Amino acid sequence: MTRRLIALAGNQNCGKTTLFNQLTGSNQHVGNFPGVTVEKKEGTVKQKPAMTVVDLPGIYSLSPYTAEEVVTRDFLVRERPDVVLDIVDATNIERNMYLTLQLMTLDLPMVIALNMMDEVRSNGGTIDIKEMERELGVFVVPISANKGEGIEELIERLEDAAAGKTPEGGPRRVDFCAGPVHKALHAITHLVEDGARRAGYAPRFAATKLVEGDPPMESALGLSAAQRDIVARIIREMEAELGTDREAAIADMRYVFIESLVRRSVTKDGESREAARSVAIDRILTHPVLAIPVFVGVMSLVFWFTFGPIGSAVSDLFAAGIDWLIGLAGSGLARAGVSEWMRSLVVDGALAGVGSVLSFLPVIAILFFFLSLLEDTGYMARAAFVLDALLRKIGLSGRSFVPMLVGFGCTVPAIMATRTLSSARDRRMTILLAPFMSCSAKVPVYAVFVAAFFPRHGALVMTALYFGGVVVAILSGLVLRRTLFRGNPVPFVLELPVYRMPSAKTVILHLREKVMDFVYRAFTIIFIGSLVVWFLTSLDWTFSMVDDGSRSILASIGSLIAPIFTLQGFAHWESVAALVSGFTAKEAVISTLSVVLPLGIENYFTQASAAAFLTFTLLYTPCVAAVAAMRRELGTIRWTVAAVLFQTGVAWLASAAVYQVAALF
Amino acid sequence: MNLANMKPGESGTILTVGGAGALRRRLLDMGLTPGTRVSVRKIAPFGDPIELTLRGYELTLRGEDAANISMRIEAGSSVERPAI
Repeated sequence: MTRRLIALAGNQNCGKTTLFNQLTGSNQHVGNFPGVTVEKKEGTVKQKPAMTVVDLPGIYSLSPYTAEEVVTRDFLVRERPDVVLDIVDATNIERNMYLTLQLMTLDLPMVIALNMMDEVRSNGGTIDIKEMERELGVFVVPISANKGEGIEELIERLEDAAAGKTPEGGPRRVDFCAGPVHKALHAITHLVEDGARRAGYAPRFAATKLVEGDPPMESALGLSAAQRDIVARIIREMEAELGTDREAAIADMRYVFIESLVRRSVTKDGESREAARSVAIDRILTHPVLAIPVFVGVMSLVFWFTFGPIGSAVSDLFAAGIDWLIGLAGSGLARAGVSEWMRSLVVDGALAGVGSVLSFLPVIAILFFFLSLLEDTGYMARAAFVLDALLRKIGLSGRSFVPMLVGFGCTVPAIMATRTLSSARDRRMTILLAPFMSCSAKVPVYAVFVAAFFPRHGALVMTALYFGGVVVAILSGLVLRRTLFRGNPVPFVLELPVYRMPSAKTVILHLREKVMDFVYRAFTIIFIGSLVVWFLTSLDWTFSMVDDGSRSILASIGSLIAPIFTLQGFAHWESVAALVSGFTAKEAVISTLSVVLPLGIENYFTQASAAAFLTFTLLYTPCVAAVAAMRRELGTIRWTVAAVLFQTGVAWLASAAVYQVAALF
Repeated sequence: MNLANMKPGESGTILTVGGAGALRRRLLDMGLTPGTRVSVRKIAPFGDPIELTLRGYELTLRGEDAANISMRIEAGSSVERPAI
């Protein structure tokens, strides 16, 4: 079997991830495109292992303005995939086809997957597939990614296209233009043909980009001064003839072609039920008055499910199971005659550390389940719409809301998600503020403290911590906006997709990815962290085992730093040790505390110092993985160090305030 | 008349799309081209951004960006019940 590379491209919200999951099942892995932190998912097709699918970022155009669009262009031009699989939302065909036309000028074999055909049909609409294939000269396959319909045929057509076949052997369409644009495009295509081929671009694509105005393309083609002059003159003439400018002319050309194609091939029977349902749902969810209480309510409900009675019951059960396993391992080692030293290393060091973190797996799974549900149903876009004006007040846009919200899951992807912001200013500011969103790794810390100190007010304390992080981010934003970050935020132009229920498969695969990532981190970073902390706590400077933790290496280091937490009420080496190891991963705060405080935290903290400790944990520098991501996105060590100091400084101030106020009661 | 002045329930046709750079390109890419019919669906709780319907889908953008788009309002479109 010949190896085939399939590039999956399409708009956001068109079911691209669902189709990718249908094609590849669980045979996928996640990485990054070289040099940038745009996520790259790759997988092999279940039925055809020789077929590799690369999931390109969801984009609306091939303009040179965002990292996603540039990555897509570069991938298609440099890797030259065997087939471009363009997924189009059939219920939103006009806007989706805009990208299709741009992909077609790349002159790569192509197949169009018309997704959500089940909705089109159930609303009494039809699409003349044959007519569309005739007009475009590429295979068009109606599918429903959600229901898994049409996938077999899609795979067959991908094979056909890769083998150089076209529908009925007809020619591929390259011309979407008429009138003055047509004249300009043809003239420029001839002019740049050789240069374009040398640079690896299809001449039509290069010419279209030149007419549109695309600085990276202009330099890639290496045009002579004379050629540049001719191109400029051709475009000036075209603009004069049309009475409009080059960008509008090309956009208009594409939409005019699409409109006529849609007129000929698509029939609709009134407004779709799904769209009508969305409007009805939005009467409440984006209502002028109700929208905000609804948002607060939705988030509270998510946190209640995760940390309330249901979540904690599942967690307790899971934790009991882990404790049982650790006990079993301990007695097993004893019976096998393993030395006490070794047994302590394995049981008290490695297993206790990893186990205490793993026991929070249910909480993380439940939280991610709800977050991905909110994202995939389309509610997140509404939240951005509702909250944009607020985020603007702190100098950000509703788009920054997405990285911020991802921050509730994990700071690392949150920081990576700032790549979608097209201005360095917004990116930096979001990176500085996103770590204040309480990440899921901090949940174990909260849960242990809540159980020990605030057992009857669990949900309240959790909500206070989450909203506390948001409030600190807002206050910091207000300060930063007036100091470091003057200037304007990025444009906010966002699609509000129709509300849809994601398929169970999509949710499960998403969840599995997060859970595996968490388990992987538990067994790598946290495992190593637990061992290091065990060594530091169980050995003294002569490397002999100590019975009393207060003579350990960590104790002497901790005692040195501890006085800076006098105002916070936890100026003891144990808490410093926990916070220091929390830098490897936030869950390690708890695993370290469980090692250095064998009698538990109940007698060590007071309610006030526990609250201050939680506040500090919420806000201080994110873990080493997140700092590495920050270093990469911010680009300079100076900015990264500044960010870490800024966050830790804010944490110090806030936790001091919490302790001083709480101690009054 | 520009798009930012329109009220929820009003419809119109785009005459020109002003502005420059990434923003303007994005507006055009999302289908806000001259001649396109647009209706304003609602305004966000804090008075901005606005929600539009065009080409069969929903788009949101800020008032200050919408002000770049000049419109010809359809007579009588404002009597439609606002879709709030």
